[in-house]
Amino acid sequence: MSDARTAQGTDNRPLSPHLQIYRPLINMVMSILHRMTGAALYLGSLLLAWWLVAASIGPEYFAFVNGIFGSLLGKIVLFGFTWSLLHHMMGGIRHFIWDTGRGLDIQSVKTLSKMSGIISVAATLLIWGAVLLTG
Amino acid sequence: MNMRTPLKNVRHLGSAKEGADHFWMQRVTAVANLVLGLFLVWLIASLAGADYATVKSTLANPIVALLLAMLIVSATIHMRLGMQVIIEDYITRESTKIVLLLLNNFFAILVASASVWAILKLSFA
Repeated sequence: MSDARTAQGTDNRPLSPHLQIYRPLINMVMSILHRMTGAALYLGSLLLAWWLVAASIGPEYFAFVNGIFGSLLGKIVLFGFTWSLLHHMMGGIRHFIWDTGRGLDIQSVKTLSKMSGIISVAATLLIWGAVLLTG
Repeated sequence: MNMRTPLKNVRHLGSAKEGADHFWMQRVTAVANLVLGLFLVWLIASLAGADYATVKSTLANPIVALLLAMLIVSATIHMRLGMQVIIEDYITRESTKIVLLLLNNFFAILVASASVWAILKLSFA
C-alpha cells in the first residue's frame, strides 16, 4: 500500500512535476507573473481604498497617509504597484488576442510574451520619469 | 440517446450550473479595467505631490468620481474572480478552501464599499 492511500487520504497524493522541474520559458514566466501581479493588485486595491478614505476623512489624516506613500518604502511599493498594473494590463491584452484564436503559434506566443514584458517595464519607467520630472 | 431535458439543453449551463459566466465576467470586467485602469494611472500621476484642496476638488469632480466608482466596481469583481481561481488551484483541503473563498468575497466587498463610500463622501459632503 503506497503512502498516498494512508488515513490522510487525498492530502498525501503525489504531485505531478511542478515549476522546479522545467527550464523557464518566456511565455511561462509571463504567465506566472500575470498571476503574481494579479495577486499583488488584489492587495494593492487596499492602498487605493485607503488613499480614497483618507482623502474623504480630512486634511490631517490625508497628510499622514500621503506621507507614508511619499516615503522611500512607500514609493518602492507604488512603483511595484504601477508595474504590476501595467504588466497585468499587457497580459490582459495578450489574452484578448489569444481569445480571438490569433497568435497561438509558437513564434507569436514568444513575441507577444516578450512584448508584454518589455512594454510594461518601459511604460512604468516612462510614467515615473514623467511624474518625477514634472512633480 | 440524449438524456438531457430540453430545458437543460437550452440553458447551456453544464454540470457546474453557471455555464461560462465566470469566464465571461472576467473578460467583461477586463475590458472595463483596461480603460478605467489607464484613467487611474493618469489621475494618480497628475495628483502626485498635489495639496489636499486640489486632491479633494479633483476627486469631487463628477466625471472623475463616476469613472473612479466604475473602476472600483469593475476591478473588485475582476479581482474577486481571479483570487477565486487562485484559491481553487492551490488549496486542496475542502474546509480551508471554503473559508478562503468566503474571505475572498468579504475582502472584495470591503474594498469596494470603503472606496465607494469615500468617493460619495468627497462628492456630497
